[in-house]
Amino acid sequence: MILNQFLILGAFLFSLGMYGVLVRRNAVLVLLSVELMLAAVNINLVAFDAYLRDAIAGGQIFALFVITVAAAEVGIGLAIVLLIFRNRQSANVDEMDLMKL
Amino acid sequence: MGDWLSEVANWWFAAVALAMGYAAYRVVTSANVVHAVLALVATLGGSAVLFLLLGAEFVVWTVVLVYIGAVIVLFLFGIMITRAPLGYEAELDHPPKTKALAAIVAGAMFLLIGWTLVDAFGTEEVTASVTTVGDIGLQLFGRFVLPFEVVSLVLLAALIGGIVLARQDPVDIEDQR
Repeated sequence: MILNQFLILGAFLFSLGMYGVLVRRNAVLVLLSVELMLAAVNINLVAFDAYLRDAIAGGQIFALFVITVAAAEVGIGLAIVLLIFRNRQSANVDEMDLMKL
Repeated sequence: MGDWLSEVANWWFAAVALAMGYAAYRVVTSANVVHAVLALVATLGGSAVLFLLLGAEFVVWTVVLVYIGAVIVLFLFGIMITRAPLGYEAELDHPPKTKALAAIVAGAMFLLIGWTLVDAFGTEEVTASVTTVGDIGLQLFGRFVLPFEVVSLVLLAALIGGIVLARQDPVDIEDQR
């Protein structure tokens, strides 16, 4: 196994996630694409952990932290989407334009 | 290239990577919300297999339990509650002009990162070494104990924040009576 096969797959997934964030209108699907980007970063972290033969397993532990923070992010993110949906009857990101001049 | 193909792990990697690439593509393009979430399950499952190839035991099970088990269920609830259109729906995406721009940005990003990686790491080898749950536990409660506690605080704050944000305002409930 070479290191780059993991890193380039990670880069590909990250780019797809970025495409999703830019393209999706529905806020839940935007959050879904952010999850895709976080998963890509996790692949990189674990690949580097194996590559550097890290004695303190820093890469894996950071991957665990990323997973934890992603869980918190989804919880808060969906709560905000829910609140916006309740107030505006829509979860489309382009309709949240109250602060637009 | 011949050496690369002679390794069994690489065949696993190639199969999983292809499946993940397709599933990730479905996540961002699917016209059906539930299909997009299920494609994300496939992508995360694939990443769990990659972690197994790299010998990261504990991360594998955390991904399966926390991501596939909990986060995906949360997403499905989010879809149901916000009444995101179930079934096929063209209104999920921005218009084609935005799509083309986004594809250019994402493609340029991929080329930039990919070129940098090839330039920096070339064909450096990586060998899997199994990290047991015990190793992770010792590090997590030794060197990383402070970040670990901070993360638990973050989770608590997210829990409270989620409840405060999502629950209906008591005044509104009063009005409805």
